[in-house]
Amino acid sequence: MNALARSVAPAQSLRLDIDDVSHEFDFGKSRLAVLSNISITIEPGEFVALLGPSGCGKSTLLRLAAGLEAPTRGAVLEDGRAITRPDPSRILVFQDATLFPWLTVWKNVATGLDARGILKDQEHRVDDILKLVKLDAFGDAYPHQLSGGMAQRVAIARALINDPKLLLLDEPFGKLDSLTRLKMQKELLQLWQRSGFTALLVTHDVEEALLLADRVIVFGDRPASIIADITVDKPHPRRRDDNALVALRQGLLEKLGVSHDV
Amino acid sequence: MADIAQDGAPLISGRLSSLQDHVWRDGFLAAATWFLAAAISHFLPDVVVWGDTEAFALLTAIGGAVFLALAFAVPRLADKLRTLVHYGPWFVAIGIWLAVWELTTAKLGWLPKPFFSPPQGLLHVYLTDWDRLLICIAYTGRLWILGFSSGILAGFVAGVALGWSKRFAYWGMPILKLIGPVPASAWIPCTFFIFPSTFHASIFLVALASGIPVAILTAAGVGQVNKSFYDVARTLGASNRYLIFKVAVPASLPNVFVGLFMGLYYSFAVLVVAEMLGAKYGLGWYLQFNTAYSAYANVYAALIIMALICAGLVKLLFIVRERLLGWQKGII
Repeated sequence: MNALARSVAPAQSLRLDIDDVSHEFDFGKSRLAVLSNISITIEPGEFVALLGPSGCGKSTLLRLAAGLEAPTRGAVLEDGRAITRPDPSRILVFQDATLFPWLTVWKNVATGLDARGILKDQEHRVDDILKLVKLDAFGDAYPHQLSGGMAQRVAIARALINDPKLLLLDEPFGKLDSLTRLKMQKELLQLWQRSGFTALLVTHDVEEALLLADRVIVFGDRPASIIADITVDKPHPRRRDDNALVALRQGLLEKLGVSHDV
Repeated sequence: MADIAQDGAPLISGRLSSLQDHVWRDGFLAAATWFLAAAISHFLPDVVVWGDTEAFALLTAIGGAVFLALAFAVPRLADKLRTLVHYGPWFVAIGIWLAVWELTTAKLGWLPKPFFSPPQGLLHVYLTDWDRLLICIAYTGRLWILGFSSGILAGFVAGVALGWSKRFAYWGMPILKLIGPVPASAWIPCTFFIFPSTFHASIFLVALASGIPVAILTAAGVGQVNKSFYDVARTLGASNRYLIFKVAVPASLPNVFVGLFMGLYYSFAVLVVAEMLGAKYGLGWYLQFNTAYSAYANVYAALIIMALICAGLVKLLFIVRERLLGWQKGII
């Protein structure tokens, strides 16, 4: 276990401030507003889930936080400094694993270290992190040989090897079957507890949000604004059928426009 | 091996069926057809004189003997000779082809001299003109290697730049589309003026023919790379350089290889034109020279050599592709 402990440095996290952010897409002739005056503060080490209808701009917010795009108005700050470009301390995990198909699992995971030119000194960390996500036997496999869940675990390993202070998850389990999803949720929770990064999870799954997050934020229709921000004050591990969680779930579903009967 | 033997089971009488396991049937048939070709050359008189009738008869008879020996040896060595067994029907067909070819040209004269040459005519060329052909192969080899390698290198670099940089594509793409369809012979006047020697001009023509498809397909490949790959790599800390060489290039490699295969074929097609430019040797030159003298047997003989070399290079390129694109297995 020493090796595993070493592979993810402890207590690395940052505070994310989304400060009055509005964002529009420019389609040449027309402009489409996707976010309007969003302000969120996420404390270091906090796990926040973002719920909302399809196409409401949740993913856009993640891209802004990752530094892949700059907001039209307002600012996104990490520990008080403006985020202007992507950085390995803020990693985005997509709904599709988006592994590089021409690289083996091992090399995919090593990409972050390789890109920063520190792979030679830290090769052992790739092995450690593969062990952590239980894929040490698949280092030489190519992505097309993996199942959906395994591929997503590789994607998470590829993110975690960079010791991210902020992990941005864009419906990471959205395409997995429900059993795999349950397992992966548990694994993600353990990884978060172990390494203490700040996590921002975009999801459609109300239950997933309540099971994992300290706080659930609900976006309204596009251009998105915040319509609810609730704290989930329950210790882990949480049970799906916990009365308090079931009550919260009903409330959230109503906010999302889905009635009790469903 | 077993199922090949079974294919023939209904054709072979019951008495022979016990022999099936001990004889490679296609090898046996190939031996028969090759012996037939040998008999036709040896026993029928030549209507048209082409030379080397007996040499051809001897060679096909040796071929027949080899197949006969293999017919008995293969069942014992089947595992090692799988490829040979796979091409068995081809050997049979080649024997028939040689026999019919010899019959319709040299023996019956249905296909007249000089337009058609019997196989013995080609053999005659190889036996009498081998020294010149070898020199020609060497000259063409030098021209092709220099032209093809510089062409695909330049094409690849240009393709990556065109696919990566919007500004480069703005100026480069229209030019590439304009010069792409220009036939190689149209370049000859300019190349004579621009290049210090005709040899350089020839290299340029081969390079152009092989480089343009590589450039176009590489550019298309780089342009089609899934944008999420760039997003992922950028968040992982990749520089522009890393994005180009470790993401764009490997992701577009399948396209690059399509371009390489096209370039390989085009480069061979352009050899004849390239060797019009004051070459003294070379397979392309050999083709023109002998066409001018209506020595079509020589033309066919050289064409066969070119076809074999080209096929060999294609095979080689397939092996390289297999190495580099092994990760695609199971995707396509």
